Amino acid sequence: MMQMTGAELIVRLLERQGVRTIAGIPGGAILPLYDALSSSECIHHVLARHEQGAGFMAQGMARVSGRPEVCFASSGPGATNLVTAIADAALDSIPLVAITGQVPLSMIGTDAFQEVDIYGVTVPITKHNFLVRSAEELLEVIPAAFRIAMSGRPGPVLVDVPKDVQNQKISIADFPPPAVADPLPALDLDAIETAARMINEAEQPVLYLGGGVIHSGAAQAAVTLAEQAGLPTTMTLMALGAMPMDHPLSIGMLGMHAARYTNYVLEEADLLICVGARFDDRAIGKAAQFCPNAKIIHIDLDPSELNKIKTVHVAINGDVSAVLEALLPRVKVMLRKRWLSHVQSQKTRFPLQMEGSEDPRSHYGLVHAVAAALDDDAIITTDVGQHQMWVAQAYPFRRARQWLTSGGLGTMGFGMPAAIGAALAAPERTVVCFSGDGSLMMNIQEFATLAEEGLNVKIVLMNNNSLGLVYQQQNLFYGKRVFASKYRGSPDFMKIAEGFGIAAVDLDAAENPRAMLAQALATPGPCLIHASIDRAHFVYPMVPPGAANTEMIGG
Amino acid sequence: MIEQVAEPLQQTGFSKVVLELHVNNHPGVMSHICNLFARRAFNVEGILCMPMADQSRSRIWLLVFEDQRLEQMVLQLEKLVDVLAVRRHGAEHEVFERLERFFH
Repeated sequence: MMQMTGAELIVRLLERQGVRTIAGIPGGAILPLYDALSSSECIHHVLARHEQGAGFMAQGMARVSGRPEVCFASSGPGATNLVTAIADAALDSIPLVAITGQVPLSMIGTDAFQEVDIYGVTVPITKHNFLVRSAEELLEVIPAAFRIAMSGRPGPVLVDVPKDVQNQKISIADFPPPAVADPLPALDLDAIETAARMINEAEQPVLYLGGGVIHSGAAQAAVTLAEQAGLPTTMTLMALGAMPMDHPLSIGMLGMHAARYTNYVLEEADLLICVGARFDDRAIGKAAQFCPNAKIIHIDLDPSELNKIKTVHVAINGDVSAVLEALLPRVKVMLRKRWLSHVQSQKTRFPLQMEGSEDPRSHYGLVHAVAAALDDDAIITTDVGQHQMWVAQAYPFRRARQWLTSGGLGTMGFGMPAAIGAALAAPERTVVCFSGDGSLMMNIQEFATLAEEGLNVKIVLMNNNSLGLVYQQQNLFYGKRVFASKYRGSPDFMKIAEGFGIAAVDLDAAENPRAMLAQALATPGPCLIHASIDRAHFVYPMVPPGAANTEMIGG
Repeated sequence: MIEQVAEPLQQTGFSKVVLELHVNNHPGVMSHICNLFARRAFNVEGILCMPMADQSRSRIWLLVFEDQRLEQMVLQLEKLVDVLAVRRHGAEHEVFERLERFFH
């Protein structure tokens, strides 16, 4: 028999699960767990400066590795600070295990110091959550948390562990085996046959890929399907990289900030093959007018996504990778010359307009210049706002998991801590975080963590000294009544970076900005790359919120 | 600009349905289920919950309106880890009828 405390048991179970890096912040109610973690020989702890940062670091690791990753926080404010990162993981289907300390069991319900019912708080934003009531329960709960986070459609799981449970002694004969994912649903071959026949018979089909393609590791199968059946292919924000942006069948991202031709092509489709996407309003605009002439095939691992927003003709519940593999031998090789040449002519007539893309100090030009200085091994993260959409539109993504962004929740402050997480998971890669001044200031304290870890993370700051997308919407939709979207002060980001011990270069002052940028990107270690962007640059085209995708403004 | 205005959620006028849920019996299960209905703006007209004979499971009876989102609600219920099975019955099911005298 082995004797140990609940805290030691948690650490052993995490080690056996293969966890090697944990981001977190200690506090009173989680100190027994930190004490046990201090003697772990294989887990590296990354001390964040705010629990939300720790949550996004774990997310960054999970988005790169595809496995559940872990963050720690103490009770009360520590736990509530994790909430945004957990909700973000829920909306983007990211496997995450958040472990929080809680006041001792006997004090629960007494409004004790730093007591918050984080179990209750996280019910709506987790796949599942646990309040552990004895050390013995940990033997089931910890493996279950990992199994749930990674099984089916991935998502976040929270485990709340009272301090006395962490200190409780337990004798065990053996550890439970590390968790593995539940088996995948059986293939619905009848539905797959029907889908194949519809693809073979369609005149103007479009393939619509979502984040599920990335999670399932199905990017290659999706590209093969597109090539075999001659399918123009659009991707959601979450799926960018599934098909290389420069692939002849790629028609880029759809939706609110799609190129005009992409939304026009979808309008003309007679068959839409939706793979691991969920008809989000930012992607499809007004649901009733999306792909008005198309029959729909929907492939998704989550049965509740089928027929949720759009009633579909063939619904296939299954792992998209397995379904695509079964679909491939049933789909005819097609050239589809007429449809593809029409798509090409739409692309020529209504391309994405990228003004100033030759100037590395303009918004699109900066994205292009960064891409030109990097190869496909680099990982790109973003914050949320105009810069995020410019990168989504202009960066030549060419592989799955190259692109990490907050899609569903749209969380400003995601970018830098997620980039730190990405660099922790893939230290051999260069990680570039595109950010805006509004977003960067929402988790700017993580500069300290970045400096301490010395990771190869470059922050490309597009600074227009405003909340640019709010400013844009006020100009376009609120009678130019600009309010609370322009900053009156303008912090000196160069000095801020230097104050945290991060190297900084300013493209504004550079004689040769392209060379300065390339050199900054090629120098190992953290660096802030600052560039001022004119506030007058908007993201175009833009579908007004609630409008049909064909009703685009600009571009 | 085109405003996003949610359609008012009209649930009266639909017929009623009784849902029978087979769930794990431990603290928090009711809160997961009630929270799911609340956050998806789906009214629950009646709710009953008792542990089953072996105490490790409970049975929950829900009285709800059968609007077009019910299918989606059942699929969401089935995703909850502690929900083991969901069965649908017509409103004529006696479980709520026999309780009516306690509410008049």
